[in-house]
Amino acid sequence: MERRAFFKSSGLALFGAGAVPGWLARAAQGPKARRRVLVTIFQRGAMDGLSAVVPYGDPAYRVLRPTLALDRTLDLDGFLGLHPALAPLKPLWDAKQLAIVEAAGSPDPTRSHFDAQDYMESGTPGLKATRDGWLNRTLERTAQPSPVRAVAVGSDLPRMLRGPQPAVALSSVSDFRLRDAMAAPELEASFAKSSMANLSRETFEAMRILKALPASNTTVAYPATRLGRSLQEIARLIKADVGLELAFADMGGWDTHINQAQRLTQLLGEFGGALAAFWQDLGDRLEDVAVVTMSEFGRTARENGTRGTDHGHANLMFAFGGGIQGGRVHGTWPGLAKEQLYEGRDLAVTTDFRTVLSQLVTGHLGQSAPVFPGFAPQPFSLLRA
Amino acid sequence: MNRAILACLSLTLLANDAYQAKLAKDQQITHALNRLTFGARPGDVEAVKKLGLKKWIDRQLHPETIAENPKLTEKLAELKTISLSAPEMAAAYPPPQVIKAMAEGKIPMPTEGAEREQLAALVTIYKRRNQGSDEKLTPAQRKSLLLSPPPGQTVAAELVEAKVYRATYSERQLQEVLADFWFNHFNVYLDKGADRYLTTSYERDAIRPFVLGKFRDLLRATATHPAMLFYLDNWQSTTAAKGRAKGLNENYARELMELHTLGVDGGYTQQDVIEVARCFTGWTIRAPSGRGGRAGIYGGEFFFNPRLHDTGEKTVLGVKIPAGGGQQDGERVLEILAHHPSTSRYLARKLALRFVADEPPAALVERLAAKFRATDGDLGQVMATLFESKEFWSQGAYQSKMKSPLELVVSAVRAAGAEVERPLALANLLKGMGQPLYRKQEPTGYSNNGEDWTNSASLLARLNFATALEANKVPGLRAASLPSALNLRAPEFQKR
Repeated sequence: MERRAFFKSSGLALFGAGAVPGWLARAAQGPKARRRVLVTIFQRGAMDGLSAVVPYGDPAYRVLRPTLALDRTLDLDGFLGLHPALAPLKPLWDAKQLAIVEAAGSPDPTRSHFDAQDYMESGTPGLKATRDGWLNRTLERTAQPSPVRAVAVGSDLPRMLRGPQPAVALSSVSDFRLRDAMAAPELEASFAKSSMANLSRETFEAMRILKALPASNTTVAYPATRLGRSLQEIARLIKADVGLELAFADMGGWDTHINQAQRLTQLLGEFGGALAAFWQDLGDRLEDVAVVTMSEFGRTARENGTRGTDHGHANLMFAFGGGIQGGRVHGTWPGLAKEQLYEGRDLAVTTDFRTVLSQLVTGHLGQSAPVFPGFAPQPFSLLRA
Repeated sequence: MNRAILACLSLTLLANDAYQAKLAKDQQITHALNRLTFGARPGDVEAVKKLGLKKWIDRQLHPETIAENPKLTEKLAELKTISLSAPEMAAAYPPPQVIKAMAEGKIPMPTEGAEREQLAALVTIYKRRNQGSDEKLTPAQRKSLLLSPPPGQTVAAELVEAKVYRATYSERQLQEVLADFWFNHFNVYLDKGADRYLTTSYERDAIRPFVLGKFRDLLRATATHPAMLFYLDNWQSTTAAKGRAKGLNENYARELMELHTLGVDGGYTQQDVIEVARCFTGWTIRAPSGRGGRAGIYGGEFFFNPRLHDTGEKTVLGVKIPAGGGQQDGERVLEILAHHPSTSRYLARKLALRFVADEPPAALVERLAAKFRATDGDLGQVMATLFESKEFWSQGAYQSKMKSPLELVVSAVRAAGAEVERPLALANLLKGMGQPLYRKQEPTGYSNNGEDWTNSASLLARLNFATALEANKVPGLRAASLPSALNLRAPEFQKR
């Protein structure tokens, strides 16, 4: 962990702000010095990627999915088509902002939700001892970072954001306050002497920033779903220029072992609707933002006996934002023929998820520190040159 | 790098020292109350002192020797659904669409039967809520209508209410803590279809009776309960498609090994998952007679359907299971798993994590696992061993665990001597804190690791709850003036 102290503070150098705390300097400099932001969205439970973005051009698709195969999709490139419930994302694709990384995933063979999520969050597949998450390692150690540089929306802090650098979990900006504000100094002092001193300091510092935030500043109608609300909070923080660098939101319910068609239509509708609202809400602020989605693994290429799918291997990742080469499918399609499938049953991984994330961390955030220890990313073209 | 390893080593050494350091007498009582109960009430410390700590623990390990709190008995008696069987429940508390249809005259009301009166009451509530009503309601009736759960949610609501009451008021506290632990270990999700009706019986009949008994009985009770068969989809998993049989579903087989028994590193392969799933084909749910179709499973019971079963030979964890075993295939798998050494270690570590420390000492885990193996998985004896261990009574364990939201809220209510008037309001608070009762969607259950509950959102929610309780402004709670020595907002109170 101490190694992080030795990395030069490229964030500050980038903005030429010298020894002034980065987020303060940027706030003072106005919109030109806006922060780059990475928004990570985790789809917990393993989304059926083969239904979200349908490989209708692969001859094996219909054979493997006798009852689940979709007859109509929103064509993307003559081979893949979006699930109709993802229609809200089509405008992003058409605007060449939304990119799809096909057959992405972890090299670890586990089909355990818990382990696979753990590996994707620690960023070290196969290695359970890693204590911090890759998003936390992305945070450079600066002298006086913004207390809200890393925010997860929800009632817990995901593994991905845990580690030595401060990161805040919040249910909503407006809930992030003390009911008894008068007691704040006393509480802060008593917790400062406790085993929860770090947590308490981070919480009280973040509270001071968020208290000063103007009321909600969006005119976009977000869907009234958990992901919708989470992304609305994130957009609010981005637009308020409080020094946000990393944001996290998640959505559960993707573990569709049984009668999945109807359930997936609902889930994908919620997912696409929330992302599209976020896209619309950010407007030109999208230039500073990259959004990336991930799910712990894909689902079996062949549907199971109960019109659902079991735990598989590769999945897909969506990405959109200012610097993303959108309107394109990235990566290599491994094929669905029996001999092409991983262990004879699942879509094979052709792009390590860390390759995608590495590019966002270095190319988008401008962070040079190795976030994925021992991993050498493949050359990849997710970002515009 | 070397420095990092050194630092790690010295931390480990320090931690080990902490598990050697003994507790003072007063600390021992506080610690026992923190870990064996949902928190000390005013007077509990004195009561334990008077009885003697050892004797008090022994009684908690034998809950049948403890007289139950009459207040709890009285409150539970008001909850009509918690003692019904699943078929009775499905008959008397049908799903909302059935109540709606009855209210609209599309389904006739039964003219006889024990549930008639109950159904009429639900239809009345439905009409009052949804169609307006020409009846004049007294203010008391109107209030009770607004506060009562919508018809169709009564069963789920009463299950939640019972849990809050029991955690708060039961004298058999260890039994309640263990019921929470083991339900969470064998988690099902209350909002998944038929589990709305099956979870009450699941906790009552498949979890509670076994929390201090044999693990294999607990395991089998969960494996054969319709709530689990439905939650992890096994009820529809069949041998290769033929006729109504549709094919295999791996969900239960995988979680059975990963979460219920061996643990993810317990030494099984993907092929084992498939073989175990084949063994359990035909373990399904039978609708009670006369209640077919989709609604039938709401009151369904376990049964083995040989026509859905894969009759071929299987190999599970290297053990051959000969062809033609029928239901015995699944029974054999449960025996193999319950007695596998990985299961003893996995369960020992999980218990130590809940009751001792976030990173429990390996020596303690090994001792608990050995006791598990030596006693054919006797959970009462494993718990007794844990409560006799030096690690349990050490400075390393003392106040080391962050309370979960449930532990925090209930311990505050108990410490304040507050009365729970509307348990659903408390359950609603827990939902906001990230721990809705019976509603963890994933089969992992909630984390037993205190660190997972440690974050800024959680800290603020806890402090705000404490502030409200101190001012007697928590919905659903009535708090008299707090004991003067009690500070719910103190850092120590967040831990146990």
